[in-house]
Amino acid sequence: MQLITVAGPPSSGKTSVLLKALEWLRAEAVRAGVIKFDCLVADDDQAYQNAGVPVRKGLSGVLCPDHYFVSNIDRVLEWSSAQQLAMTLIESAGLCNRCSPHIKGLLAVCVLDNVSGLQTPRKIGPMLKLADIVVITKGDIVSQAEREVFAFRVQSVAPRARIVQVNGRTGQGAQALARLLRAAPHLEGDGDSLRLRFPMPAALCSYCLGETRVGPDYQIGQFRKLDID
Amino acid sequence: MQPLDRERLHRHSLADLLIEYPLLESALLEAGIEFDPDEQTTLPAHLARWAEVHGQSADSFLARLIERIDELNRLLGPATSMKRLSIVAGRDKSGRAETVAGIELNRGDLLAIVGPTGSGKSRLLADIEWLASGDTPSGRRILIDGRTAEDRRFAFGGDRMIAQLSQTMSFVLDATVEELLALHVESRGLAAGLVEDVIEAANGLSGEPFFRHTPLTGLSGGQTRALMVADTALVCRSPIVLVDEIENAGIDRRAAFNLLLAQEKIVLSATHDPLLALLAPRRLCMRHGAMHSLHRRTPEEEAILADLETLDDLHGALRSQLRLGARLTPLGALHHRRNPSWP
Repeated sequence: MQLITVAGPPSSGKTSVLLKALEWLRAEAVRAGVIKFDCLVADDDQAYQNAGVPVRKGLSGVLCPDHYFVSNIDRVLEWSSAQQLAMTLIESAGLCNRCSPHIKGLLAVCVLDNVSGLQTPRKIGPMLKLADIVVITKGDIVSQAEREVFAFRVQSVAPRARIVQVNGRTGQGAQALARLLRAAPHLEGDGDSLRLRFPMPAALCSYCLGETRVGPDYQIGQFRKLDID
Repeated sequence: MQPLDRERLHRHSLADLLIEYPLLESALLEAGIEFDPDEQTTLPAHLARWAEVHGQSADSFLARLIERIDELNRLLGPATSMKRLSIVAGRDKSGRAETVAGIELNRGDLLAIVGPTGSGKSRLLADIEWLASGDTPSGRRILIDGRTAEDRRFAFGGDRMIAQLSQTMSFVLDATVEELLALHVESRGLAAGLVEDVIEAANGLSGEPFFRHTPLTGLSGGQTRALMVADTALVCRSPIVLVDEIENAGIDRRAAFNLLLAQEKIVLSATHDPLLALLAPRRLCMRHGAMHSLHRRTPEEEAILADLETLDDLHGALRSQLRLGARLTPLGALHHRRNPSWP
């Protein structure tokens, strides 16, 4: 089975792009499904359902989205084998930008859009830096100059990544993405040997446990204070 | 442009190197090395002094800097040297062979693509952008210098084949004209002086001049389009330009195409506008997803083009008179442009 992580900031076009790539995969008789991880709400599972793509969603709610994601990889694998999927795409809203859901030895995709600003590639962190493929969307509404500068910025943050320009509305470029997805490495054995590419951020404090009061008296656990000198 | 190697680093002043290699500036800034843009000593000499003050080894700095510049240069890749683009026919929406068997385009050629909505213009442009090798619904093959170019699909920087200009594009960056152009010029590894050339060329197209410090968001529709064309012609290194509907643009469209063609671009222009269709010496008519017929512009059509351009000029003149508060007077005899220079 092929397990692929797809991450990107909210509204960057992950779902639109995957839907267009899934059309090409279906035409090549690849049975692919999607698991969508999000924090609060996700309606995108409806879009996948309408397209006839097997889909499950997971909302982290009060839990840290990164930890929720990684502690559910085993469930993802169970679901995928129950659904007899040849390819499972794990879509997540990039969790927090400090984090990256990418897993060693599996294909890692990052989705960014041209409209998000030229500083974005430098702000995104390991989710982009450690990606194998960077999909850049919304190229049809910005100038060629901005496209080129944005792609250059992406490539200088992630020099080894392959950049694919995909238009989520028309599907232009989706064939390229589908081809790269098909070439993803296969998961060998069960998921016990999987390792994250980048450690998750530490989170163990009173606020993790539902504390809402503000002030030094209520800060128990791991904290770091702002340097104001 | 010569690659930046150790020998050049030792031979030229830092000030000269910065002009010739705009990437050097970002590499220095990234490494946290302060410098004066007019520094007359060489980079190694400057680094030695800088390293001494900061108690570091200049050699390791230099090595890291050269490595970073090499990396940036690799990203840019060599400017592509393709000469010929061929479109080899596939099939229409019903699977029948296309009636036009193929089209050859050389550097500096302009092809118009016409046909009703849904006739396959966008599919053709998409095939070219994808450098199709019989693997799209149309079954067409796109050849570069006679060979399939699948391996260049994911090429980056100087090796990217295709640039695009379309009516739906706009500038989204919150910056001035100069700031964006400087970034674009730098990301293509070109010299900073090009920024002025682009602005001058753009102003030659729109007739409403803008300046270096004009914010991108303050440009009119015509100025925006003019800047995009000039930037694509002069800064963008892709040899093939796909143009999708640039009518209503408020720019001198013939001059716009001439600017692109003067840079040896291969230009394919999908359009519904008769003036744009006739500006091209050849036009391809699409029907039912297929390349249906290829037309060479006839002498009669050239005369019609001259009439259309006269009307276009007249329209522009009336527009500017009205905007200046003039009262229009009855139109006299129409005068044709004296020196038509069609592509």
